[in-house]
This record gives sequence, C-alpha cells and structure tokens, in this order.
Amino acid sequence: MKKTSRRDFLKLAGATGAGLLACGAGSALANEGLQVNNEELGMLYDATKCVGCKACMSACKRVNSDYGSLSYEKAKFDEDGLWDAPSDLSGSTRTLIKLFKESEKRWSYVKYSCMHCQKPSCVSVCPVSAMTKEKISGIVDYNKNTCIGCRYCQIACPYNIPKFQWEKAVPQIVKCDLCKATNLREKGITACAETCPAGAIKFGKRKDLLEEAHQRLKDAPDKYVAHVYGEHEGGGTNHLYLASMPFNKLGLPEIKPEAPAEFSEKIQHTIYKGFIAPVALYSTLCFIAVKNMKKHQGHDDDHKKGDK
Amino acid sequence: MGHSEEYQKLEGKIFTKSFFILLSVVLLGFYFVGVRYVKGIGAVSNMSDGYPWGIWITYDVATGTAIACGGYAVAILVYIRNRMQYHPMIRSAILTSMFGYGLAGFSVMVDLGRPWNAYNFFIPSKWQANSAMFEVALCVMAYSTVLILEFLPAILTSIEKSKWERMNAIRNWLHPKIAPDKKTMEDKLEMVRLGALWLNPRLNKVLIFFIVLGITLPTMHQSSLGSLLLIASTKLHPLWHTGFLPLLFLLNCVFIGYSIAILESIISSYSFKRPFEIEELSGLAGLIPFVTVIWLTVVIGDLSYRGQIHAALKGDFYSGWFMTEFLLVGCGSLILFVKKCRRSARWLFISASMIVLGGALYRFNVYLIGFNPGQGWKYFPSFAEVMITVGIVALEILGYKVFVALFPVLPNMDLHGAHKKKGHAKKHKGSEADKTLPAGEAHAH
Repeated sequence: MKKTSRRDFLKLAGATGAGLLACGAGSALANEGLQVNNEELGMLYDATKCVGCKACMSACKRVNSDYGSLSYEKAKFDEDGLWDAPSDLSGSTRTLIKLFKESEKRWSYVKYSCMHCQKPSCVSVCPVSAMTKEKISGIVDYNKNTCIGCRYCQIACPYNIPKFQWEKAVPQIVKCDLCKATNLREKGITACAETCPAGAIKFGKRKDLLEEAHQRLKDAPDKYVAHVYGEHEGGGTNHLYLASMPFNKLGLPEIKPEAPAEFSEKIQHTIYKGFIAPVALYSTLCFIAVKNMKKHQGHDDDHKKGDK
Repeated sequence: MGHSEEYQKLEGKIFTKSFFILLSVVLLGFYFVGVRYVKGIGAVSNMSDGYPWGIWITYDVATGTAIACGGYAVAILVYIRNRMQYHPMIRSAILTSMFGYGLAGFSVMVDLGRPWNAYNFFIPSKWQANSAMFEVALCVMAYSTVLILEFLPAILTSIEKSKWERMNAIRNWLHPKIAPDKKTMEDKLEMVRLGALWLNPRLNKVLIFFIVLGITLPTMHQSSLGSLLLIASTKLHPLWHTGFLPLLFLLNCVFIGYSIAILESIISSYSFKRPFEIEELSGLAGLIPFVTVIWLTVVIGDLSYRGQIHAALKGDFYSGWFMTEFLLVGCGSLILFVKKCRRSARWLFISASMIVLGGALYRFNVYLIGFNPGQGWKYFPSFAEVMITVGIVALEILGYKVFVALFPVLPNMDLHGAHKKKGHAKKHKGSEADKTLPAGEAHAH
C-alpha cells in the first residue's frame, strides 16, 4: 500500500484537480459582453423636479393593491391607522420617496423602486425562474406561483430592492413590475409616472429617456451632478436618475459598470459548461474506484488462500 | 462489498438520560418550527430584507453540510486513494453525513418562504441553470438519496439478522387491541427479511457507482455553496469576495470533513467507552495539513493578487474575524505537522476542533459576518431562531445515537483489534484508551 501511495495521491490530485482548476479558471474565460437594449421600457426620475408629495406612492398602492397584495402600512406614530407612512420599501411598499437632508439648504428627494436592470442579478440567481425579464419590454417581473421563497434575489440585488413579507404565513416577494398587469396594461403608463404632478417621473423607452437626461444635463449643467445614474451602473438599468447631490448620498450604491451577474455566471458556466466537467469527474472517479475495488478484492482473496 | 462483518451494533440501552435531554431540546426546537409555519418567518427570526439569510442558511446549510462532509472525505480516501484500511470508519462517517444533509434539507424547508412551491425544482421548464442555488439544491437532494443508498447495506444486514425482539415487544404491548396477531406479523416480517436478503447482494454489486456519485455530488455542490455568494459583489467584504470562492469552499469542506471524522471517532469512542482508533486517526490527521496548506496558500495568494492584504491586517472588525479564521486553521494544522501530536488523542482532538472551528468560521464570515447589505441593517439571531438550529443539531446527535444501537455502524472491535495486532499500533495506544476499554472487549487487544 505504501509504495503506491504517491501514485494514488497523484491520481486523486488529477481527478479532483480537473474540477478544482475549472473553478479558478473562471475569470480567465473571455467575456461575451452584455448587449444593452435601449428599446426596453423604463423611467427617468429627476430628483430636482420632485416635490416629495408622495402621490406616486399612493398611486402605486391604489393601483397594485389587489395584484401582489400591497397593503397600507400604519405609521409608527399613528394610533388611528390613518397615515400610510412606510419608512422603507417593504413587503407592502413597492416605491418610496425619501428626503435626504445634508444641511438646511442642501437637500434632495429620492425615489426608490426596482431599477429594472439590463442584466438583473435577481433573475440570474432565482433557482426556479420566478424572477424573469421580459424579452421586449425589459420588465423584471416576479411570479409568486413559482417562487419558493428562498430570498436569494434579496442577497443578489445590489440595490436591496426585492422585499419579503416576513410577517405572513403565506409570504411573497414584493417589487415594482412597472404596473405590468395593471396601469401599464390599461393606460400604457406606470401609475407613478401618470400621477406625478411635478413631472419628476418620465416613462418611456430607455433610449428616449437617456437622450432626455443628457439634454437636461446639457441645458442646466449647474443644476445637476453630471451623471445619469443607471446608464452604466451594474451593466445599466432601465430606471434612470438625475439629481443635484452625489448619488451615493441619496442611498444609491456605487456599482461598477460590469453587471454582478456577468461575473458570477461566467464562473458558474465555466464549471458546468455542457455538464462536461461533472461527467468527466464522475467517470474518472468511477474508473479509479472500480480498479481499486478489484485490486483490493484480489488482495482479500490472496489473504484467504494464504490462510487456508 | 463483503465488509459487513467489519461492523457491529453498539450494545446498550437506547433510552438513556442523554436521550431524553436531547429529545426535549428537539421538541423545543420543533415548537418554534410550528410557530414559524403559523405566524410567518418574521415571528421567530431576526432576519430582515437586508439580511434575508440568517443562521438557518449559514449554519444548517452552508456550515452544516461541510461538517457533514466526513462521509465524502473518508470515501475519497477509501475508494479513490485506495486506502482500504480506513474502511471501518466509513459507515459512521456516512451516517453522520446522512443526518447532516437530511436535516440541512429539513431546515431549508423551514427557511423557505413558500416551500409548497419547491416541486418546481423538478420541472425542467422552470430550471434556471445560471443559479448556483439551483445546482446546490439538485445536488444536495441527489446526494441525500445517495447517502441513504450508501447506508442501506447496514440496515439490510440488520434486517437479515434480526430476531425482531423490539418489534415483538411492542406488539405484545399493543396486543390485543391494535396490533395484528403473532402469526400474521411473523409472516410479514419474514417477507421483509427475504426482501432484504434479495436486495442486499444486488445492491452491493452496484454500490460502488453510488459511492462514486457520492463523491462527485459533494464536489459539485460544495463548490457551488461558495458560488452562491459570487453575485453579492457589492455586499460581501473584499476579504472574502473572490472568484476563488468555489475552490475555497471545496477545499474547506475536505479539511473540515477529515477533521470531523477524527472528532467524531474520538467523541464516540470516548462516550461509548470504546478504544480510540489512533492508527486510523493519525493517518487521517496526516492528510489534513496538505489540504489546509493549499487552502491557506490560495487565500493569501488571492488576497495579495487583489491587493487586499492591508485589509486583512487592518485590525478592524472584519480583519479580526478574518485573522481568527485564518489562525484557527493555520495553528490547528501546525499541530498536525508534529508526529507525536498525531498519535495523541488529546492533541488530535484539539487540532481537529481548531480546524473545524476555523473552517466553519470561514463559512460564517462569507455568509453572515462579512456580508454587509448597507447602512442601517443589523442581524443577530433571535432565541427562537437559534433554538430551531440547536433542535436540528440535537436531532442529528439523537439520530446518530439511536442508529448506532440499531444498525451495525461502528467498527467491529474483534476484527478491528485483530488487524491492529499485525501492525505496530498496539504500543502506540494511548493510556487514556486503555482506561476506557470495557472489560468485555479487552481480550481483543
């Protein structure tokens, strides 16, 4: 046994090594690159135009209350249950207006909702395809009848958008779907964009929104931070932002242009491409194990003969 | 495989004091599981939208399955490295793996928000091959089945030889109201016995292919457990977020697997008052440093490649946890380089514990401690959440204790002892081992 131990070790190293190396080699694989589709639907939110009236929030709840079970949230200070004043996105709030105040003179509103990424992390990680991205509209949608509630989409989303109904025995994930089954279907526009009295939310195709955003930046460079948030972040999003304050101060994370899902899928695909590596690993191991078994049984028989 | 004589049942009572203590812990845990199903996950746990994965995923699944990798690690050793002398350890290792994985599956069902939709994993149109979790889920389910198959020979052998004493006692107790009369029951039991007699040799012929599957599947899903966090590039601290996560997780489960096989053997020898299997253990212990050194090298190499060494030495919260994990594994392995320590049950216990702790901490660091979803989010497990996990662990130990008494799992000491005589093991047996040796079994040595 001792004589062969080195060879055995090499065999082991060879067999598992194939699998191991595949894991590490991920980053070396060529990137096919993400194709940005500017024909998809999205929204442009201009924080400088927003007056913080929260009409978009109420409209969202009113329109989507049946679909996706959005309920009103009682504010913490409100004993009579009159105020719907959620403090953050949650299992019953898909969109939210927050006020960020740096000083008495410098402040900005910001709207939170699903960013509808070009390459959404949540879709990439959902094990049962409950999160999907529609081919033509680009809407990132959620199907509660498929969802298993693993909450991997929450781990994956860099913007912390998908929310879970923690207090329900039959919970679901809640996030904006651009009023796909409600307002968009009936009126061709999202409820928030339709309602906004200040024109802070513009609904349309991504290419038009981008054009508009850059035009506004050009027209009033003093008013804005010279950046359209969402144009390149995480591979690009269909929900775009303009603001007068740095975006990280508005709670929007700094994200590299490469979509997180590109990175993880590259590695996962390298390991499991065509299922070749697992099959190769299995057959190699089978070959070694069966050979070893036979050798061992041979030894056993020799021993028995010797005993006799 | 013709090794069934190598194993024996553990003599002794099942319903001991520790049995009932464990049982009460299990029941408390299951009470909270009940609450979770009635009132929702939020009612028992401190998980939030920022920390959607708490200790159920971090401990029960990500860490628990690594700790349950004893079966995997020992199977590699026995069947791939062809070290058949470790064969006596494999059944107890597989039994622990079986409970570890089975209960990880159970805790996933507790953790899933909509478990009734889990059947979607079996519907090809719903498959989402990009998802690391899809891969993990299928592999873990398949591996749990394989583990049951791997353990089946122990059950079948036991059925073949059974005189059905316990069953008859229960029947007598229930008779005449509920239980069938003696003749019918004996006929039925005979059928079961014949079935086992038929199945066992056939299973033995193909078992090797399941065993190899039982090596392939963990290789796949243990690396994918690392892949799960690849996506969290903005949330996981750069100390841990790397493209090498799958490789690190795979190596990590191998050294945890060998260490846990050592710990398990020492603990069960100690608590069941059997002699320590020093010869096997020191051999296993000699392997661990090879794996840990590769792991530690990849960790350091990767950190320096990404220019994060300064983050490791910064001395802040994250670097503290990183250093703890790194030193536990590193120092634990250093001990094993000393030949003398590899032959002492005490040092083996200490170093294996350090490596298991360090390796488990690595997984906690990746899944929880190094995970930061942004400002304002905090997570610390609630009492109920912890009790559910503790209950599941207690159920694992309970199951192990019952199974080693019902089925031939532990190495047969008569045969095992005879093997030892050939070697030079006898003089190396620690004095502790001799003290705990029961009188009835001493003759074997």
